[in-house]
Amino acid sequence: MDKMPKWADVALIPFLNLTLAFAISMAVIAAIGQDPFEAVKLMVTGALGSSYGWGYTLYYATNFIFTGLAVSIAFQAALFNIGGEGQAVLGGLGVALVCLYIPFPHWTVAILFAMLGGALFGALWAAIPAYLQAKRGSHVVITTIMFNFIAASLLNYVLVNLLRPKGSMDPASARFPETTNLPTFHDLLSPFGIAFSKSAPVNVSFIVAVVACIVVYLLLFRSRIGYEIRSFGQSQSASVYAGISPVKITMIAMLLSGGLAGMMSINNTMGESERLILNSVEGAGFIGIAVALMGRNHPFGVFLAALLFGFLYQGGGELALWLSIPRELVLVIQGLVILFTGALDNMIRMPVERAFIRAAKRAEARDAKQKEA
Amino acid sequence: MTLMKNLLGAAAAVAVTAGAALADPAVIFDLGGKFDKSFNEAAYNGAKRWADETGGKYLEIELQSEAQREQALRRFAEAGASPIVTTGFAMADPVANVSADYPDTKFVNIDGFLPEIPSNVQMIAFEEHQGSYLVGVLAAMASKSGTVGFIGGMDVPLIRHFACGYAQGALATNPGIKIVANMTGNTPTAWNDPVRGGELAKAQIAQGADVVYAAAGGTGIGVLQATADADGVLSIGVDSNQNHLHPGKVLTSMLKRVDVAVYEAMKAGGDLETGIQVRLGLAEEGVGYALDDNNASLVSGDMEAAAEDAKAKIIAGDIDVVAYYTNDSCPVLDF
Repeated sequence: MDKMPKWADVALIPFLNLTLAFAISMAVIAAIGQDPFEAVKLMVTGALGSSYGWGYTLYYATNFIFTGLAVSIAFQAALFNIGGEGQAVLGGLGVALVCLYIPFPHWTVAILFAMLGGALFGALWAAIPAYLQAKRGSHVVITTIMFNFIAASLLNYVLVNLLRPKGSMDPASARFPETTNLPTFHDLLSPFGIAFSKSAPVNVSFIVAVVACIVVYLLLFRSRIGYEIRSFGQSQSASVYAGISPVKITMIAMLLSGGLAGMMSINNTMGESERLILNSVEGAGFIGIAVALMGRNHPFGVFLAALLFGFLYQGGGELALWLSIPRELVLVIQGLVILFTGALDNMIRMPVERAFIRAAKRAEARDAKQKEA
Repeated sequence: MTLMKNLLGAAAAVAVTAGAALADPAVIFDLGGKFDKSFNEAAYNGAKRWADETGGKYLEIELQSEAQREQALRRFAEAGASPIVTTGFAMADPVANVSADYPDTKFVNIDGFLPEIPSNVQMIAFEEHQGSYLVGVLAAMASKSGTVGFIGGMDVPLIRHFACGYAQGALATNPGIKIVANMTGNTPTAWNDPVRGGELAKAQIAQGADVVYAAAGGTGIGVLQATADADGVLSIGVDSNQNHLHPGKVLTSMLKRVDVAVYEAMKAGGDLETGIQVRLGLAEEGVGYALDDNNASLVSGDMEAAAEDAKAKIIAGDIDVVAYYTNDSCPVLDF
């Protein structure tokens, strides 16, 4: 045996990484003179202790599911899409245009068109770097980063000069019409007699995100195009030999990636702020990279990692709200989690793997001895 | 003494409780953070002054994400806080949304705009264009090259509003003056990018500007530094008095008394007048220019007289400084 068992790879290693990250976080909290146990308790109760906390945790998680899926689908084709941020910004613009200018009778229709609008704009924004990569060999990491800045400037121009209601100081669009407002979990669950916090922003988009996870799974692991994407990611030359077109796969993977990032905007723009604001994505595109890394680029892993980051966001917010812990410390905790699960993964993985292999070898030797005897 | 203070405090508390439920005020700082050396910090100073003077307590939070805007408002409203003071134009819409659910809570927003102000909300706006006009007058008089610069933070209407007032003041003083205006960026990081602020300042100096006005939050620190390092160039600070940062190199500062606004709102407590738009301009001492020992040698008697003259005329209505918001454009400056 030269590998550790699967359960250790997908469960034990992340668990150990997280434990280490939290242990160091608690040490930092203790070092600034706060009670680390109270802080952890507050984070957990604040994020998971009430339907209100869950409502925020799941809201953040919805954003991260979309961007995490976006990063992982491109990563399966060995393309590092850093442009989730810009693609989500453009997706927000697409969602806003659809919601503002098409009169919808009901949200069920509106959400379909908004998804389409968001995905289309996001995909278009990914299409240019994808084309440059496929045809010209301009590295997608560089171009997608640049496109994040162009997206921010474009959105700023559109909001300040075109969509902003006259007289308003806030660079934001007008409110979307009532018929496009998505039902929150409170609205969805109250007919069944389940009380869910009224002020929590989690909405029907979360369900869309879960469905997206399943669809991405089927696409990647149960379809021909998914197989082509994955084999292209594993070995470019082998897949070219097998008749897979690099241009086609690069374009398809990046368009899917951009589309998913753009679809995130049904959650934050259509579901939460109900108007297009300048800062609506606020880094979810970048968090998506960490989520995809932690989720091992698998849709199910992305789902779990997104929940974890949703928890960190909401729990961290509660910390800043109720303890005199500066908000920068919340970033420290998030940074430590990313550091341990992403960058320092091998620090834990290698010794644990060795331990498993040694244990397996010892067991083998024992078996052999028993047989001899 | 302490006993007396406690007794008085208790008496005051009872008096307040009689009127409404025991209410501590709350302050919500915008995404820039409490210690941004500028706008939010001014709000913090106002709150601190109130707490020091009255011995009262207040709740506070620094926002970290957009979704927390309503969350923080609801949390504080449910905790019984009133008035809830919010800073930044981005809070206006969430305040309008949440205030309807908490009719007994009073809300204050600084810098925002609402077409219809709910009955329990007070909106505070500063007439930044008037204060900027005055520093524009001073800049034009101090400039020897006939070129003055403006460096804004993020390219949003509010900052164009600053630039527009400044340009009008400078042009009124010297009709032939050249104005170089730059914005730092299009994302919120533009509020806190001193390196780029310094580069922009150097670029403007290279174009001949010898007075540079920075309305850019933390980015302005870099502008002030770069102009202080250059020979014969002066800068103008913003929001709080920044003259002391580089004595003798900062011509003046455009004051925006956010601290006073926050202090007054917290002091008024339950008696805060709501449902109205409060405008703090030159007449209300809400905006102005800073004159102290650090810049006494830079501002001559003539310059001070000219600024005071313009101030009196603006207050009297003889000079009409056009606000950028009126037509969403500036008559003398293109962006």
